[in-house]
Amino acid sequence: MNLFSYLADTQNWAGADGITARIGQHLAYTGLSLLLAAVIAIALGVAIGHFRVGQFLVVGVSNAGRAIPTLGLLVLVVTLMGSGVTPVLFALTVLAIPPILNATATGIAEADPGAVQASRAMGMTSWQVITQVELPLAFPLIVSGLRNASLQVVSTATVAALAAAGGLGRLVVDGQRLGEDGYPQMFAGAVLVAVIAVTIDILLGLLAFGLRRRRSRTNRAETARTIDDGRAPTTEISRARRAESHSAEDHSAESRST
Amino acid sequence: MNWLSRSWPLIGELTAQHALLSFAPVLLAMVISLILGYLLHRTGRFANILLAATGVVYAIPSIALFVTMPLILGTRILDPINIIVALTVYSTVLLNRSVVDGFRSVPEEARQAATAMGFGTLRRLFAVELPLALPVMLSGLRVVVVTNIAMVTVGAVIGMGALGQLFDLGFNSGYVVPIVVGIALVMIMALLADGLILLIKNLLLPWSRRVRA
Repeated sequence: MNLFSYLADTQNWAGADGITARIGQHLAYTGLSLLLAAVIAIALGVAIGHFRVGQFLVVGVSNAGRAIPTLGLLVLVVTLMGSGVTPVLFALTVLAIPPILNATATGIAEADPGAVQASRAMGMTSWQVITQVELPLAFPLIVSGLRNASLQVVSTATVAALAAAGGLGRLVVDGQRLGEDGYPQMFAGAVLVAVIAVTIDILLGLLAFGLRRRRSRTNRAETARTIDDGRAPTTEISRARRAESHSAEDHSAESRST
Repeated sequence: MNWLSRSWPLIGELTAQHALLSFAPVLLAMVISLILGYLLHRTGRFANILLAATGVVYAIPSIALFVTMPLILGTRILDPINIIVALTVYSTVLLNRSVVDGFRSVPEEARQAATAMGFGTLRRLFAVELPLALPVMLSGLRVVVVTNIAMVTVGAVIGMGALGQLFDLGFNSGYVVPIVVGIALVMIMALLADGLILLIKNLLLPWSRRVRA
């Protein structure tokens, strides 16, 4: 039995339930739910981070988010709401919210207090402080939150096939029902999902890396200027700041349960 | 509720299976990544590149890994070994980072003091570096354990998901109770395991409370 037989057969790629269509569905589920989750989570995260209220909520949500079996949540939603695309999108959106919310709230709350106070002193309104200072500073962290969420969603979208929806999971689930003969089909689904997941992860990873590097370059320029002013080199402070930014990354430590 | 009263034996069996499938990989990964992580740490900055590269493995959805395992291991699709090996791979990738971070969190002063007191490499490792690195490593372990417990359920898609089977059962019969019971048990198990590690950490490593985890 040739494992790649299913992938190699061009007939399997065309048509309404061909591989191309499955990839399209998979990307559509992923993109739509990520977009919805990002809108909700960033708005909520900005409010929590800026006004410093309800931070316990973020911690609770992100801890619970890690322990929730995503498959269980999806199946529960589908059983309650009926099968189809809407319940799947709903479940995927719910799963994508915690990582983005956590990253946004942390990023906003830990935005350089010096910059935030300076912008207030310059007479900026709350809205201006958020959009022109806090959000740009929090942006790299928000991107890593999006990255974690996308991991979660791409893999859970596979499981959506159990709920009679489309996507690449169809290949896995349909293949499994065929028994031994379905293995090439399952394998095709698995390989394609892995390729999509890894590609998205690498792209967002590169974006996050680029953003972080740009920020650390500005930080270094700042430190150099302080030393030029003739003040004592601020090793303690910069060490503390490094520790801080490190812990901010830890908060959004990769977590996924599918 | 009828279902619940006659399904306790099944639930018990699935819970035991679930514990085995989630904890075996953690134990295996602990041993592997302590060794790998220490070696990685010794490579210095090169470790960052290797960690980033192996991190890609974590991006592979578990269902994809579960499905590919029989091919790599030559096992049957329904063999629990597939799940155990796949989860061991994930756990090792995640724990490697914590182990490296842990060793990096050991203060250079402590290391130098141990050397100055005439500690050999091995004695310094086990008497000084490891105890000081453990708090960071254990916070990584907490994430891994909780993630594993939730991830095992995905095996249900290929018919081998321990408590995840309850989701399948409920879905196929359109009955919510097994699904809710499954979710609750998985979350309780995750919570208990997480609490247990935290307890061990605080009891055995009283100095860890000073470390921000």
